[in-house]
Amino acid sequence: MRDFNQLCCEKCWHTTDKPCEHFIQCCTEGPLCHHDDKCEHEISSLRKRLKYEEHDLPIIIIGMGTCGLASGAAKVKEAIEAELKKLNIDAIIEGTGCIGYCAVEPIVDIKLPGKDRISYQEITVKDVSRFIKTTLVDKEVYKEKILGSHGKSNGVISLKQVPFFEHQQKIVLANCGVVNPTSIDAYLAHGGFKALDKVIRLMKPEEVIKEVLDAGLRGRGGGGFPAGKKWELALKQQSEQKYLICNADEGDPGAFMDRSLLESDPYRVVEGMAIAAYAIGASAAYIYCRAEYPLAIERLQNTIAKCEEYGILGDNILNSGFSLHIKIKKGAGAFVCGEETALIGSIEGKRGMPKPRPPYPAIAGLFGKPTVINNVETFGNVPPLIMMGAQKFSSVGTATSKGTKVFALSGNVKNTGLVEVPMGTTLRDIVFKIGGGIPDKKQFKAVQIGGPSGGCLPESVIDTPVDYESLKEVGAMMGSGGFVVMDEETCMVDVAKYFLTFIQEESCGKCVPCREGTKRMLEIIERIPKRYGNDGTKLDQLQRFKGMIHLQRLADVIKDTSLCGLGQSAPNPVLSGLRYFRNEYDEHLYDRKCSAGVCKELLTFTIDNEICTGCGLCVKKCAVDAIVGEKGQAHYILDEKCVKCGMCYEVCRAEAININ
Amino acid sequence: MHNKIFENYQPNDRSTLIPLLQEVQTIYGYLPENALRDISNFVKVPLSRVYGVATFYNQFRLMPLGENIIRVCRGTACHVKNSANILFALEAELGVMAGHTTRDKKFTLEVVNCIGACSIAPVILVNDDYHGRISVKDIPKILKKYQTVKKTETAEATK
Repeated sequence: MRDFNQLCCEKCWHTTDKPCEHFIQCCTEGPLCHHDDKCEHEISSLRKRLKYEEHDLPIIIIGMGTCGLASGAAKVKEAIEAELKKLNIDAIIEGTGCIGYCAVEPIVDIKLPGKDRISYQEITVKDVSRFIKTTLVDKEVYKEKILGSHGKSNGVISLKQVPFFEHQQKIVLANCGVVNPTSIDAYLAHGGFKALDKVIRLMKPEEVIKEVLDAGLRGRGGGGFPAGKKWELALKQQSEQKYLICNADEGDPGAFMDRSLLESDPYRVVEGMAIAAYAIGASAAYIYCRAEYPLAIERLQNTIAKCEEYGILGDNILNSGFSLHIKIKKGAGAFVCGEETALIGSIEGKRGMPKPRPPYPAIAGLFGKPTVINNVETFGNVPPLIMMGAQKFSSVGTATSKGTKVFALSGNVKNTGLVEVPMGTTLRDIVFKIGGGIPDKKQFKAVQIGGPSGGCLPESVIDTPVDYESLKEVGAMMGSGGFVVMDEETCMVDVAKYFLTFIQEESCGKCVPCREGTKRMLEIIERIPKRYGNDGTKLDQLQRFKGMIHLQRLADVIKDTSLCGLGQSAPNPVLSGLRYFRNEYDEHLYDRKCSAGVCKELLTFTIDNEICTGCGLCVKKCAVDAIVGEKGQAHYILDEKCVKCGMCYEVCRAEAININ
Repeated sequence: MHNKIFENYQPNDRSTLIPLLQEVQTIYGYLPENALRDISNFVKVPLSRVYGVATFYNQFRLMPLGENIIRVCRGTACHVKNSANILFALEAELGVMAGHTTRDKKFTLEVVNCIGACSIAPVILVNDDYHGRISVKDIPKILKKYQTVKKTETAEATK
């Protein structure tokens, strides 16, 4: 099959060593440097084929992001291949990234020649034979598992009308799940690299920065610092070498936007980086990606190699005199490396420990040179921003926060997945309209936003619009985009304990408030649900209450005196818990109860002797031999021996275990 | 065995330290002491500093691994969906605490902060296979699958 890198005729001469400045225009709009009907037809039909507009064979597109693979997409692909072979049908099978609706993966799309592309959800290996027969042999719609149509709806619901997608506005994620992420040609056919082309041919670095400043693009990694300001500062520095770093060390537990974007549309991120590098005058760039994301790293390596082959990265890009080399650095698993100065330390081969700022990295960063660090999603915003222009980009969003934000919607919500909403959308809309509410008819309790630096927001503030300032006001923060929904069975004390344990483990240990302070805080929180022995109860109570008195002050000190963002925001989960869920803390403290049924030490487990079948499974699983009874007869739990691990509850098939 | 990896790197360049450690770990599955010494000599960084880096990052291990590696995701979404119980059940089932290897060297149990598959929480990763939306009841079945088959064979089977 031909691709864009092959010359159409002898008049075309673009190669990596001798680049043509019109190369991208050629690919995206048609041959411009010469007029030849044959060439024009050839390129435009290639473009149409890559956009799935014109093709002879049916195309089957399978979502092969991490979520798809984890739901069994690879096995479905194998089954489809085998089925096609069996039926002797010729079809093209392509992999794509994640369309965002992870809850219904594996998603398989069918595009028949001359018809609309239709997405099907939750296709399992069992479905495959009927699915292929209906769609490819009978050429009908497989109604049971339909998700929606990518085109106009002809009796089939349009994807845009599916509640999950209806309230979203896809700017950054526009290509995700639609375009084949491993093919540079597909990206070019969908208008890729047009922004880079525009920037290096027609714009000066200052103009690019002005555009980004006017658009009001703020860093999507958490802090929300205006991206243009960072770039401006770096541009002003005089230095023979400047660096650009893409921060893909997505350490927030509960966030996967960056992974998804890198897996589903890596070219866009690289294009955004190239534009930023041009704007600040950097010729070397790094992508610092978590080692836990093997697929993302693989796709990035492929992307960079392809771009170099096409002359879009490397020396003298598109004959503009601008050069850029991108290297991938694999992170080694340290949450603190999401912090700029720690990340720089890690690339330099040191322990990832933050340094005091100033000097800011834009002045003295990697190897002491001016360095700009932005997050994956920020770079993902840059190409559409350049194409739309500042005015149109800033028309979306609120007064201080422009554009859209991608959230990783997860936890106790029906439609888990990746969503992109305009800034200013309320949390309620995200949870209930897009997320579809809480499953199993349970009650909504809180939404955790911003990861370990953010907070838990209850129903009373759920009408807060998503924007940097208003989220801060209610005690959370934008963070990188983790959005975990919690239902009535989540205990807020336990959540606070969870985040403190995390922070405590991940604290780099450089500054005292963070290293020691979070440890003390964790001890206080851990003491709340703890059940001590029968003697000395009063002393334990004293300890607990004393801790609670100190908690607020301790949190303030940690906030004020820690060196980096990790420490400064570490108390947030506890503070927001105390602010909104004080009654739950009180219930734990005074009534010694956990109504969510999570803090196990405060629970009692009993066996309902009418339901118990005496199968003995719980006896086998009980680590402390606290369950007694004869086989076939109802069993009993010896409360004094029970360590409240809850395993009996988990394994009981008859659901005879009561938690109180 | 690990001497070959030095060919691709410039000596005396500290920024190659982490990639070197990562490559050595891919070969052995952990960082043996003599490899750390060789890296220290090659990069010209004192062994104490190399050790400092190796112990700072979660990825590096100084102990050999078992045949199968079980990674339990302890991200927020997984936590909300009760991954603590999954971890507890695995610990009980294997008879080792997180971060350790079973006596028969079949399984290493590890905890990771988040593997980014939050939408199918709770998740565990056995070697390279994701097991999503699992409950405590599924664990014996999953373990059984790997008890008999060797790591290399499962890797081939999933390809």
